[in-house]
Amino acid sequence: MEGLDLRPAIAVAVPAAAAALTLLFGDRPRLREGASFLAPIATCAVLASMVPEVLAGSEPATALITLAPGFRLGLTADAFGMLFALLASGLWVLTALYNVGYLRATRERHQTSYYACFALCVAAAVGIALAANLITLFIFYEVLTLATYPLVAHKRTPEAITAARKYLAYTLGAGQVLLLAIVATAVLAPGADLRPGGFLAGTASDPALWVLFVLFMIGCGVKAALMPLHAWLPAAMVAPTPVSALLHAVAVVKAGTFACVRVVGWVFGVDLMRDLGADLVLATAAAVTILVASVRALGESNLKRRLAYSTVGQLSYIVLGAGLGSAAALAGGMFHMAAHGLLKITLFFCAGSIYVRTGKTEIPALEGIGRTMPATMAAFTIGALGLTGMPALAGFVGKWQLGLGSLDAGHGVFVGVLVASGLLNAAYFLPIVHGAFFGGSGGIRFDEAPPALWIPLAVTAAASIAIGVAPGAALPFYELAWQAARAVVAGGTS
Amino acid sequence: MPHADYVIAILLLLVGLYGMLARSNLVWKLIAMSFLQVAVIVFFVALAAKSGAGPPITGKEATPLARDYVNPLPHALMLTAIVVGVSTTGLGLALLLRIHRAYDTLEEAELLRRMRE
Amino acid sequence: MTAHLPILIVVLPLAGAVLAPVVGLVSERVLRGLTLGVLLLAQLSALAALGVALEGGPWRYELGGWAPPWGIEYVVDPLGGGMAVLVSFMALVTAIHAARRLGGATGFATGVHHALYLLLTAGLLGIVVTGDAFNLYVFLEMSALGAYALLAGGGDRAAVAVFRYLLLGTIAAAFYLLGIGHLYAVTGTLNLADLAARLPAADPGVVATALALIVVGLAIKIAIFPLHGWLPDAYTYAPTAMVSFVASVVSKVGAYVLLRFLFFVIEAPGATGRALDLLAAAAAIGIVAASVMAVAQDDLRRMLAYSSVAQMGYIVLGLGLGNATALTGALLHVVNHAVLKACLFMAAGNLLLQTGTARLAGCAGIARRLPLTMAAFAIAALSMIGLPPAGGFFSKWYLILGALEQGATLYVAAILAGSLLTAVYLFRVLERAYFRSPEQAATPPPPSVASLAARAGEAPRSMLLPVLLLALVVLGLGVFNQALVESVLRPALAGMGR
Repeated sequence: MEGLDLRPAIAVAVPAAAAALTLLFGDRPRLREGASFLAPIATCAVLASMVPEVLAGSEPATALITLAPGFRLGLTADAFGMLFALLASGLWVLTALYNVGYLRATRERHQTSYYACFALCVAAAVGIALAANLITLFIFYEVLTLATYPLVAHKRTPEAITAARKYLAYTLGAGQVLLLAIVATAVLAPGADLRPGGFLAGTASDPALWVLFVLFMIGCGVKAALMPLHAWLPAAMVAPTPVSALLHAVAVVKAGTFACVRVVGWVFGVDLMRDLGADLVLATAAAVTILVASVRALGESNLKRRLAYSTVGQLSYIVLGAGLGSAAALAGGMFHMAAHGLLKITLFFCAGSIYVRTGKTEIPALEGIGRTMPATMAAFTIGALGLTGMPALAGFVGKWQLGLGSLDAGHGVFVGVLVASGLLNAAYFLPIVHGAFFGGSGGIRFDEAPPALWIPLAVTAAASIAIGVAPGAALPFYELAWQAARAVVAGGTS
Repeated sequence: MPHADYVIAILLLLVGLYGMLARSNLVWKLIAMSFLQVAVIVFFVALAAKSGAGPPITGKEATPLARDYVNPLPHALMLTAIVVGVSTTGLGLALLLRIHRAYDTLEEAELLRRMRE
Repeated sequence: MTAHLPILIVVLPLAGAVLAPVVGLVSERVLRGLTLGVLLLAQLSALAALGVALEGGPWRYELGGWAPPWGIEYVVDPLGGGMAVLVSFMALVTAIHAARRLGGATGFATGVHHALYLLLTAGLLGIVVTGDAFNLYVFLEMSALGAYALLAGGGDRAAVAVFRYLLLGTIAAAFYLLGIGHLYAVTGTLNLADLAARLPAADPGVVATALALIVVGLAIKIAIFPLHGWLPDAYTYAPTAMVSFVASVVSKVGAYVLLRFLFFVIEAPGATGRALDLLAAAAAIGIVAASVMAVAQDDLRRMLAYSSVAQMGYIVLGLGLGNATALTGALLHVVNHAVLKACLFMAAGNLLLQTGTARLAGCAGIARRLPLTMAAFAIAALSMIGLPPAGGFFSKWYLILGALEQGATLYVAAILAGSLLTAVYLFRVLERAYFRSPEQAATPPPPSVASLAARAGEAPRSMLLPVLLLALVVLGLGVFNQALVESVLRPALAGMGR
């Protein structure tokens, strides 16, 4: 860590400041919307400026005030953190545009608190991504919980309030478990920063480390919607669609999986995981989640709820990668984080556009919708195919690496899981696509959503193709994922 | 009986505590509270006492000896404690006056019943 | 003047209390000026004295020039000085917030209210700066008398509740005094430092008895579960402005005395250990039990009252665990809870004033009408739950760390469960305030309330600003907690801990 670089702090401060400004100038919509455009672009730019350095192997770091003995509020831009931060802020740019269109079209109330909480969520996500130690990570983790809570309750209907309460109960409960795990870690390794390869090896007996591991996985697993801790996620689908996109693709669930991987790779380390035997347990839990969630998705007839279960399944790929612990599996999992972000946000944007245009939310009602909203449904098709793992789309790359990684790690059975999951994905997505274009009655009649809605989803669909065709060329996610994975594996052996 | 003073202090203490907890009339409770305070005072005065010693007023002998006098400090302390006790009792009585004016009773059960109405 | 700072901390409010009834006859404005003036001066004196103590060690001040241990001495060490700063700061802020509520029917009555308030403050400040065990008793009772009288100002129910408080408070004081008597009997001294020096040589049986008496007495004063029976009614029916002060600092000063005796005065290895274990166990049960009770309440003030019992549990648990980390957590929570609970009660008071109800159902949609008050309430609530970056998080961090260092997993579970229960009852309020609209309220408010409800908007500025200030302090205590820990709490604990 050479010198003090303020850019990681700025990347967190910009969205946080945007949130504060939004609250202060809430009664002036132009100012508010202006802030909600400029802030994402500025955040993205600050983060992007660090990418070359990170790829070159240096880590811009800021350590601000001291929080507790040995722990400072530290932010470090390492490869994995950059991957998540870039993803979150990049998708935020598009979501900001989509937000404006969506909120105007549906005439949502309480827009001020909506924009403020949204910005705060991104600030928290970037903070989680760049956190240099566990206490910093926890602080942003809890901020994220709090900032998301009003968004889930946004519609203020009894149903929304109940869902928000459920969300809060799950995440706050998990937060306390995570806090316990973090404090225990602080007892074992006082003042330890996150380190590729982990720092816990040899600090305590195996059973104690096992307990710690379980606590960590419960703490992170709730936000990551790891089964059986996922129940809040489908319930939270009552929120406005951009919020669902935020939950699934940008910040919340991603933050949970991110924290899982961080803990596995940067606190425990793959070697310790293997010594404990925790790697296979985690991988198995992830595999079970993948399959069960996919089956559950088949049974949902509400589009957003089906997408929710799909997220539960897809995110477990990432956890699976962490569980397998070989470089290829880790890289695949991390890359899938970005891929899934792009694909899933495309799908949610589509669902939102359909809702704005037609008010339809149930899958049977979508028959023939491809003939009125062809662009939207084309993007939906790309997203859906991408998630099934079709080559040349974003989802394929990560799955391929995961498959290679599981063979590397000597657990070929997980390749079977990946294949089965791909088939299940196809089974629950393709009927929608087929029905949209070929089902129902009625002729071709263009009735697309407004540009503020279809431009973002077109961009994400295009990006999904781009990183599917040439993973390393267009966006830096692939490089970052590999760099992080190699660091973790190397850190373990050194 | 040796240490009769301490025994009295303990008895007063027990009577006071019992009265405060078991009596249902608020005035009785307040009186019992005074017992408790007096118990503490007796305890301190007993601490100061010595057999055969007089009040600590010197002047009779050329060289006053400590064993000829009771310890004056606890007495001085208790003067303050008495003032505190009187203030507390006074405040308690004022509260009782207000309670009586508002609820027309000082029996605890009855009072609770009327408060619920 | 500066040579007499330690005594000024106490004498200023005391003199103010004497003058207040007379000044009240003249003018209410001057009276308010007097109250705020003496409190401000006391605050400055406390700050200056603390500064001296932090730089050059404890400041010992001999009262009337009588050398200790014969004379009474005041000692401003980092612990006592820090408490004095906290108490005088909270007294100042509360005085601003309560200025309108301290009024009486006549100028004289108003003056008496101010006098009682200053008396209470002087008593609390006396407790934290005195170095004499009996002097401490006098201040304890002085502050208690002030508290009884002020709390009784809330109406007939308050009188009944306060009468119970008075009885139990007097029992507590009697126990404390008996304990002091035992210590005096075996050492012949009342000076705290002198006691600490002589007690190790004293009869351990007597010391253990004294310890038991003092601990039980203080436990009643602090309202440690299960000795908290007097508290909920007293806090519910008393004037909220005064409750905010009592809940904020009176119980904290009690905790300070407990800490002082357990770690700085009485050194009885076996007995202290047993007392600490017992306190920790009672506190842990209290955290959970009182939090459950708080969840069951539908009156905001009663809920906050039970939460006070629970939160004091955190502090006492920290004392009971007794290692340096846990003690740091306990002291940090003393500061955090003093600020945040005052903020919560003041916000509840503003709510009551503006809407006429402190019922939970009456909170529906209230954030629209009192946005600033509710924002402050929310910040303080988050701190109490222990969510970062508010101050409460860091006190819980130290407490959990301390408990884990001790291997006390059950206590860790109690701390975490308490946090979650706190979240349950506070988010119930926040959810209603922010997400529900008034017409969704379960029961329509009675007509008299409805007419009051027409008075929309925030409370008067003098009541709003203190709440906002405290909310800012809550956040500041979180972000800059380490500065406080390093500069004051560590010197205050002076390496204490078992």
